[in-house]
Amino acid sequence: MAADRDRPLSPHLQIYRLPLNAVLSITHRITGLLLALGAVGVVTMLVAAASGSQVFQSFHAAATHWLGQIVLVGFTLALYYHLCAGIRHLVWDAGYGYELQTATRASWVVILGAIVLTVLTWLLAYSANGA
Amino acid sequence: MSLRTPLAEARGLGSAKEGVGHWWHQRLTAVALVPLTLWFGFSVALLGSADYYTVIDWVANPVNAVLLILLLAVGFWHGALGVKEVIEDYVAGEGKKLFLLLAVQLAAVVLALAGIFAVLRIALGV
Repeated sequence: MAADRDRPLSPHLQIYRLPLNAVLSITHRITGLLLALGAVGVVTMLVAAASGSQVFQSFHAAATHWLGQIVLVGFTLALYYHLCAGIRHLVWDAGYGYELQTATRASWVVILGAIVLTVLTWLLAYSANGA
Repeated sequence: MSLRTPLAEARGLGSAKEGVGHWWHQRLTAVALVPLTLWFGFSVALLGSADYYTVIDWVANPVNAVLLILLLAVGFWHGALGVKEVIEDYVAGEGKKLFLLLAVQLAAVVLALAGIFAVLRIALGV
């Protein structure tokens, strides 16, 4: 009898396709945790620089390696994503942007914003460094 | 006999006995981090492959030093709030949860201090 009723089911995460807003929501959390890890790297870099040129040298070697550069680009992408999605959260907190269509459109703005900021940042940085 | 009304005893006692303090501090630090993040993201790219002397010169610049210290203080505050929220959401056992919350809080304070000390040491040239 109870089984006949059309009751709402909780989403089975391995089968249910998350809506765009849900994907952005969990990505916001994941990038937040990644940035916390990145913050450890930033402090390591600062402490290495404060400890003298020899200590910094090993950090410099890791950062200039192509893998290190990918990590750095990933870090800025996570940073800008968390920034854009975070601004949207602040807009939500203020009570705006809850309509489904608006929310979906804003999701794409967040994604594009993060990518554009990342590309722009690295283009500017490389041209400023004359590389 | 107490002259306090029952309301006075209940006020401020949210689910975590601190009302919306956590929520409010997270938002406050988030707003402060918006300009700092834009500045820092570009700085990371700019200094991504910089050598020792370039980095030292950059950190020693008073504007960069002050912004770095602000970023470290506000960033680790915001980060600790965020990571603790994730722990509260996903970690089941009370003992394990409490341990992780304390560990994250402690790590945030130590890392922020270490970073700020490093910036000051470079900037003041000691």
